[in-house]
Amino acid sequence: MSRFNPAQRRYNRSALILSAVYAVLLVGSITYFRNIAPTGIAAYAAAILPALPIIGIFVAMGRYLVEEQDEYVRMLVVRQTLWASGFALSAATIWGFLESFELVDHIDAYYIAVLWFGGLGLGACINRLTLGSSASC
Amino acid sequence: MENHLKTLRAARNWSQQDLGDRLEVSRQSVNAIETGKYDPSLPLAFRIAELFERPIEEIFVSPSSRSSKAI
Repeated sequence: MSRFNPAQRRYNRSALILSAVYAVLLVGSITYFRNIAPTGIAAYAAAILPALPIIGIFVAMGRYLVEEQDEYVRMLVVRQTLWASGFALSAATIWGFLESFELVDHIDAYYIAVLWFGGLGLGACINRLTLGSSASC
Repeated sequence: MENHLKTLRAARNWSQQDLGDRLEVSRQSVNAIETGKYDPSLPLAFRIAELFERPIEEIFVSPSSRSSKAI
């Protein structure tokens, strides 16, 4: 028997596919900018393309929370995402002020998403420490 | 919330996984409810009561009744 329920399997499958699509689009956009140096709408479209699968993963997480039938597991994942959001937004706010006062270098805003994904791991650890269990996805 | 789920489950020789399968929840959910780390929603509490054919208040101990006894 699988250790993942149907909602978790759907989320895992979506996250894997979207990660692969992200890698392809990122390499494609970098190559496009290096070789063709687009301008105007084409440049904006090519720059935004790699962001779309990342947004897709956020949507997949939202869909997973709606589809998850096990209320305890859903609560664990909601706690995880709250920790991830708090962690990423706090880090972004602190970095923003440090940057404003010219104490640190500029960092691209998409790293907030990277921090959010890292925050999911933090949330899982906190769930394990405080409740003794964490969600499998 | 304090409850008698573990006793009721043990009386039927069910593992946490067996009970989870019957309630359509994970083993970790059963464990969290049994150990009082998680209070189930009303629909899940009713499913548990119906499975064991007992009223909810015979399975889950009301926090208010516990505190009034303590007084």
